Amino acid sequence: MTHAVAHHTSTGLDNRKLAFWLFIGSECLLFGSLIATYLVYEGRSVAGPTTHEILNIPLTSISTFDLLMSSLAMVLALAAVARGDRLWSRVWLATTALLGLVFLGFQAYEFTHFVHEGLTLQVNLFGSTFFVLTGFHGGHVFVGVVWLVTLLIRSLQGKLGPDKALNVEIAGLYWHFVDAVWIVIFTVVYLIQRQ
Amino acid sequence: MATSVVEHVPAAAAENRSGIWSWITTTDHKRIGILYGVTAFVFFLLGGLEALIIRAQLASPNNTLVDADTYNQLFTMHGTTMIFLAVMPLSAAFFNYIIPLQIGARDVAFPRLNAFSYWVFLFGGLFINSSFLFGAAPDGGWFGYANLTSKAYSPGLNIDFWVLGLQILGIASLAAGFNFVVTIVNMRAPGMRLMRMPVFTWMSLVTQFIVITAFPVITIALVFLMFDRFFGTNFYNAAAGGDLLLWQHLFWLFGHPEVYILILPTMGMVSEVLPTFSRKPLFGYAVVVYSGVLIAIMGWGVWSHHMFATGLGPIADSVFGATTMLIAIPTGVKIFNWIATMWGGRIELKTPMLFAIGFIAMFIIGGLSGVMHSSPPSDLQQTDTYFVVAHIHYVLVGGAIMGIFAAVYYWWPKVFGKMLHEGMGKAHWFFMLLGMNLSFFPMHFIGLLGMPRRIYTYDTALGLDTMNLVASIGAFILGASFLIFIYNVLWTRKNGQIAGKNPWNAATLEWAISSPPPVYNFSVLPTVSSRLPLWTENGVSEIPDVPPEPVHVPGGTVWPIMTATGILAVATGAIMHTLWIVVAGSLFVVFSIYRWAFEPFEV
Amino acid sequence: MTENAQSAEHNAHPSTGTYLAIAGVLTVITLVEVGVFYVPAFQSILAPVLLILSGTKFALVVMFYMHLKSDHRLFTAVFTLPLLIAIAVIVALLFLFGAFSLN
Repeated sequence: MTHAVAHHTSTGLDNRKLAFWLFIGSECLLFGSLIATYLVYEGRSVAGPTTHEILNIPLTSISTFDLLMSSLAMVLALAAVARGDRLWSRVWLATTALLGLVFLGFQAYEFTHFVHEGLTLQVNLFGSTFFVLTGFHGGHVFVGVVWLVTLLIRSLQGKLGPDKALNVEIAGLYWHFVDAVWIVIFTVVYLIQRQ
Repeated sequence: MATSVVEHVPAAAAENRSGIWSWITTTDHKRIGILYGVTAFVFFLLGGLEALIIRAQLASPNNTLVDADTYNQLFTMHGTTMIFLAVMPLSAAFFNYIIPLQIGARDVAFPRLNAFSYWVFLFGGLFINSSFLFGAAPDGGWFGYANLTSKAYSPGLNIDFWVLGLQILGIASLAAGFNFVVTIVNMRAPGMRLMRMPVFTWMSLVTQFIVITAFPVITIALVFLMFDRFFGTNFYNAAAGGDLLLWQHLFWLFGHPEVYILILPTMGMVSEVLPTFSRKPLFGYAVVVYSGVLIAIMGWGVWSHHMFATGLGPIADSVFGATTMLIAIPTGVKIFNWIATMWGGRIELKTPMLFAIGFIAMFIIGGLSGVMHSSPPSDLQQTDTYFVVAHIHYVLVGGAIMGIFAAVYYWWPKVFGKMLHEGMGKAHWFFMLLGMNLSFFPMHFIGLLGMPRRIYTYDTALGLDTMNLVASIGAFILGASFLIFIYNVLWTRKNGQIAGKNPWNAATLEWAISSPPPVYNFSVLPTVSSRLPLWTENGVSEIPDVPPEPVHVPGGTVWPIMTATGILAVATGAIMHTLWIVVAGSLFVVFSIYRWAFEPFEV
Repeated sequence: MTENAQSAEHNAHPSTGTYLAIAGVLTVITLVEVGVFYVPAFQSILAPVLLILSGTKFALVVMFYMHLKSDHRLFTAVFTLPLLIAIAVIVALLFLFGAFSLN
């Protein structure tokens, strides 16, 4: 983006990378609060569909796998940018974004199917906590996809050389963290269904 | 946007720096600091006005100055304004202006993000106060307990203004949090090791860590409330199986760290003033620093002491009672260190020092009532009474505000190049001390004798008429003391004595440069070899009056205020329940971020 | 100066092979997790087993894909402290809302 030259810093670490790790720290608290609420309210719905009746483990396992593979594509994209490999930079960036879109597609299908089955934001506690938690996560994925597409376009314009590797690294930190949060959500919401 | 290079001739720096547009597009931490300070002070006066109306209403029993609904709006806005629009941004004014100077940097790590934080704060403050124009100011208390804040019990716009306004302000605080941590960690001058940093910078660093971790929690609490009100979710809906205490837990998980956000910077300010006017280094520097760090960490373990009356059960009550008592230890340690700093020193009772000493005394009183709250059984009598009001105002007015004014008088010469009038400063201090004690000390008794908080009238049968009247008189004296300050500021503009580099003969780096500092702060980045650079032989390398080579100074940019405008538009669309405005605002935010990201800007 | 520090770190970048291996491990663990979910015998220890498995995945992503293992310790501190606070908050709230009571 703008900083062509990394400035001298007291720790030798780049300002933007440090700032981004701090942001990821704050996101731990953001998702932590959402997950805590989901867990505290689990099993307390007085009406409407519950986890056992509606969650689709096989389907969600596939979308989980998809997101994990997108993280692989992301590290490969960073490696390609770092070594100045224009073709594979674009391939892997596009792949990551595409896999992200696939995940969102699965989520869109899931959401519409659930609403069809009677689980809405309003119908019970599970609807509220489930849709807000996974919706916030999906929103983060969406922002990530937009970010990746932006990087892809910059690459296609020939403006994403090795000197810009940090930009891709930071996008990667975001993407991997969003994946890591999903790892937690998949386990805690889908696999561990308390009653 | 254009960047400029400052040549040897100082006049070149004056170009592009005059006029409103230069302030709107500024990325200079010193200007942003002044913007924060002025804006926050105006909000402080507004919050004070709200307090005076409250006290006028309570000056006599069964008074009819305001009705119950208006009263609810007054105390809610008083609390919200003082915490989020006055104390926090007043501290931010000093983070902005002073921290880069104290660590030997030319600006903060992300100057545009810094400007963004200010504009978002301003717009958030304007947004939430615009509610008055609709006769719908927030009225659910500054802590907005569920389910009073639900659509069912608060159908009007009041709580919507509150929910949306606080989320806007949260964005400003979080952005500043990231900015200042990176600045302090990464932009220190050579030789400025962490344990050589001034205590104000240290306490600010700790505070920003608390901001980064605590604000996401209240964001989620507010998101849940917003979803309940706008989309009919059930987070705080008991009929659907929800638990109203979820709000209280999430709120106070933020709310307790928040009070340390309010006080730690001011403790840092006081830790700068006391050594200067005792002509003696701070006693136990390392201990003061570590206790600040401990307070931040332990501050995460006490939140339910705000909930002792909610039936948590004996285990939770005991645990939180114990952790609350424990956190008094690092706090007490600081007080002993401050006193030891003064002990044996050559005390100069200048205005900043008077405020600093006042801080210590008042904070001790506030801390003692706080420790009384820490025991669940005794808190059961005190909670929701005026005893708590006494506690919070001793620590926040006697503590935070006095600390801030110590800093105001201390650093005024550095910022504006002129000394504030000493006599008027002392008068301000005297009447502030008199007014606040007259107002808040009786509240200990008013509370223990049974007067609850947040009631708009009380009956004469309570026997509290005289004490309430005294408290109200005290409040007006306290308010009047700030008029002295305002007059002092206006008088000083014309008649103030010119300040040199170091009028107080202080030790830290900001006093090594001119008052006010040049736009680039340091003509060369200094090398530091001591915690007290100006009090130590060769403690800091020489800083020439004129830069030996041209210094790059970033120019202005419009994208921070544009992005902030987009955020304001989103909130406006939301409160109007008008989707296209929300969408348009969001798109404008994205557009502004892209322009920001891709404009050429070199720090 | 900064460039040297950064390039020294980047020399510690895992190879493509390592990335693929990590991806493989993540896949296998996911399969095991789903398997555990479906096997009735595991029901009683479902939660601890799954938490350990997903915790491992989380750690692998953070340490290797996010490069935390070979980066400066400051990044680890900056991430770990809020993470620990988040975990403590979750556990505390579960306790306060009665999730660990004996019913």
